[in-house]
Amino acid sequence: MNFPILSTIIFLPLLGSFFIFLSKNEEQSKSSIYVSLFTSIANFLLSLFLWFSFDVNTEKFQFVEESNWISGLIKFKLGVDGISILFIVLTAFITPICIISCINSVKSRVKEFLIAILVLETFMIGVFCSLDLVIFYLFFEAGLIPMFLIIGVWGGPKRVYSAFKFFLYTLLGSVLMLIAIISIFWITGTTDITQIYEIKIPREFQYILWLAFFSSFAVKMPMWPVHTWLPDAHVEAPTAGSVILAAILLKMAGYGFLRFSIPLFPVASEYFIPLIYSLSIIAIIYTSLVALMQEDMKKLIAYSSVAHMGYVTLGIFTFNQQGIEGSIYQMISHGLISAALFLCVGVLYDRLHSRMISSYGGVVNHLPKYSFIFIIFVLAGLGLPGTSGFIGEFLVLVGVFQKNYLVAILASIGVILGAAYMLWLAKRVVFGEVKNPKISNLKDLNLAEGSILSILAICVIFFGFYPEPLINTMSVSVNNLINNYQVDLIYHLTSSK
Amino acid sequence: MMDNINILFPEIFLSLSILSALMIGVFVKNSYEIVTKLTYVILILTAFIIFNSGAGKVEYFSDSFIKNPFVDFIKILILLSTIAVLNMSQSFIRNNKISKFEYPIIIMLSILGMFFMLSSNDLIIFYLGLELQSLSLYILAAIDRDNIRSTESGIKYFVLSALSSGLLLYGCSLLYGFTGSINFEIISSELNSNNTGAIFAMVFILVGLAFKISAVPFHMWTPDVYEGSPTSITSFFSVVPKVVGIAVLIRFMMSPFKNIILEWQTIIIFISISSMILGAVAAIGQSNIKRLMAYSSIGHIGYALAGIATGTLSGYSSTIVYMIIYVVMNIGAFGCIFLMKKEGKYVEGINELSGISKKHPLISIALLIILFSLAGIPPLAGFFAKFYIFMTVIENEMYMLAIIGLLTTVVSAYYYLKVIKIIYFDDLKTPLDLIKNINITGTIFISCIILISFFLYPSYLNNIINAIFLNQ
Repeated sequence: MNFPILSTIIFLPLLGSFFIFLSKNEEQSKSSIYVSLFTSIANFLLSLFLWFSFDVNTEKFQFVEESNWISGLIKFKLGVDGISILFIVLTAFITPICIISCINSVKSRVKEFLIAILVLETFMIGVFCSLDLVIFYLFFEAGLIPMFLIIGVWGGPKRVYSAFKFFLYTLLGSVLMLIAIISIFWITGTTDITQIYEIKIPREFQYILWLAFFSSFAVKMPMWPVHTWLPDAHVEAPTAGSVILAAILLKMAGYGFLRFSIPLFPVASEYFIPLIYSLSIIAIIYTSLVALMQEDMKKLIAYSSVAHMGYVTLGIFTFNQQGIEGSIYQMISHGLISAALFLCVGVLYDRLHSRMISSYGGVVNHLPKYSFIFIIFVLAGLGLPGTSGFIGEFLVLVGVFQKNYLVAILASIGVILGAAYMLWLAKRVVFGEVKNPKISNLKDLNLAEGSILSILAICVIFFGFYPEPLINTMSVSVNNLINNYQVDLIYHLTSSK
Repeated sequence: MMDNINILFPEIFLSLSILSALMIGVFVKNSYEIVTKLTYVILILTAFIIFNSGAGKVEYFSDSFIKNPFVDFIKILILLSTIAVLNMSQSFIRNNKISKFEYPIIIMLSILGMFFMLSSNDLIIFYLGLELQSLSLYILAAIDRDNIRSTESGIKYFVLSALSSGLLLYGCSLLYGFTGSINFEIISSELNSNNTGAIFAMVFILVGLAFKISAVPFHMWTPDVYEGSPTSITSFFSVVPKVVGIAVLIRFMMSPFKNIILEWQTIIIFISISSMILGAVAAIGQSNIKRLMAYSSIGHIGYALAGIATGTLSGYSSTIVYMIIYVVMNIGAFGCIFLMKKEGKYVEGINELSGISKKHPLISIALLIILFSLAGIPPLAGFFAKFYIFMTVIENEMYMLAIIGLLTTVVSAYYYLKVIKIIYFDDLKTPLDLIKNINITGTIFISCIILISFFLYPSYLNNIINAIFLNQ
């Protein structure tokens, strides 16, 4: 039995939060910050170690851990493949950044905030590691508790409404998934997904089960008609909360589609392609237009996230190598870019306590360093070549062109709209005349802010020029996913009654 | 005959002890303390005797009593939860000057009644046990006799409950008339779905039992009685009689009504769905924490009944698991209620809790855990309780019940979240009084630890209970 590295990565943050819980209350909460930084950075290093010792040439699940959990029914099974390992690294990378960012932005009850962030990290990594539907559901749902508290306790003025909306929307979506998971158990006799891949769920059940999973993932993604919780949650959440929400929580749904919906229900996935395409196109175009009209910077970025997630769903449901790799790439790069954009908004908000675009203008005159970095992320957000945002969108569009011209053309319109709202945002905030006299008194980035934003900027540009490490990690697993999908599809269609 | 008496020893021991405790209470002055201490001893000893009474199924006194692992298990569960409830409500009892020596004695009497209900294998013993239990509960509801609300709730409970007992008795007599026996085994072999009269009898009996576990549409007494009775009694009501009611229902489903599953299933499904919906919807508007707990317990009974509605052994065992976790959660929740005092008065309005997390982080986090667990959010124990229930419900292909049940969890999550919102998101108005009481905090701590750590080994409880049902 090897060292259980996945369990360590999952439960190390929980241990850290337990230590913080035991620590004494103090004015500055220095020790809690140190403990949380230490655990989260240690966890990040562990996840890097995991990534380096990961074998990219096999499509099998690696570092598999298995132990009895609910005896006779369900096993506690963990493992990673080329897709999930990237999300684990992303999660472990974003968490220390959130913790550093909250040094400036969170003023009250810092200790509890750090506990919530670390507990949330445990649940998020758990989602990406689990190879069992019930374990997945457990972590997927459990993440609601800390996020609900983060939005509700440390959020803005309308925080109660947003926290409730976030919680109840997501819960409503996922209870249907729970019914589907239990049904799968009684259909196949197991909830271990590697076994279900072999057993194959009968065709007639697939449609309804797919819809149940879809109801959960669509809310979490969020896809067009059920996306309304996201702008509210983003706007009211504190900066670190928005960062985690945009960078990681939204990726759970995309990951869920890849890990569960497609391999478990290939026939239904094929059947519902038109639904996904139409919802994604509506999301891309409609929410881009909505984003153009926003007065609030956070809301604008939130709507742009919905549009970007539209590309992700489009790419996933092309079922070709470029499309799926593109959407995974898009998820990772969106995780970095949106995190950075929310941090940038947070920097301004900490100084002026306003998120309205109209209260800024001409920021470049007084905060040159800030403006430089902000522009990098704006350009990355609109998918400029040379940033990671470009590669994701490009691959997705290449994938979609092979499937459907009309959809690809409509999706390309979204790219133009994306450029429009992002550049207009930069124009109104960074450039122009200094309208608000308070701006001249603002201080430029301090060390903590500057360092985390530069690290993110370096990552965004590095992966923009050199996508190899990510593509290399995922390509074998993606290839395997597509092959299995096609084999299963043929199996189901030929063996039909 | 001597063998039979041996088997009945727990009940005999309990009744003799109650009588001697009563003597001490009457003849010793200010005897509340000593009687309470004696009560703990008696309850623990009784549990010990039952625990050591051996496994296996025995019928005795001409088959009018039954002893099997299931009954023993429920009895021990009752005793333990009674000890927990009594232990944590001591400070409340003293503060509200209801520390009369009758208090623990009547609680023990009601437990004796419950024991007879559980062990009964014929209708007359069952009815006698039920009445002993109910009469004790009426007195307990009205034990704060100078308080008009307590008296009112006692009377209300008495009138409505007597009506339901009447219906139940009518059902019993019909059953006797149509099957010619009062023995459960004989009834079960006589009953079949062609026996329309007996179906009537079953409906009446179900109505009576549904009243005792406050399932919709026979729940009307619950909010008023919960609110009116002293909180120490409310916490007892919300835990012990519910467990007994569910256990007795399972006994009825397993033995006399075994052959008419289809007939009672329809009724239980209806009761279960309506309890879940009413428990979720009606609790939203509540501002009194005891009323909220009343509606929440109605909802939880709905989920427990969903397990019974499957009519299978795995369904019954998931119901018992549900009830055990429900007991743990409720004991924790009432522990918090006993700890929350403002200006010398116990807090009952939910809005009075606003912002207490800023001043009292520990009790707030305990409430957070308990409330999320009641809402059934993973990874807390409340989730597993619901998970096992819906596992069996879906196994038996009752998809409507599962979907309605899970949708109502979303609705009920709303009101639990509302309490959390008041505690965590709102501004602090007035802080609570500091109460240091190791009995209460210890109980809350234990229940929170159970709720959190349940996910480490979630099948432990299930395995025990499955084994018990298999040994029937």
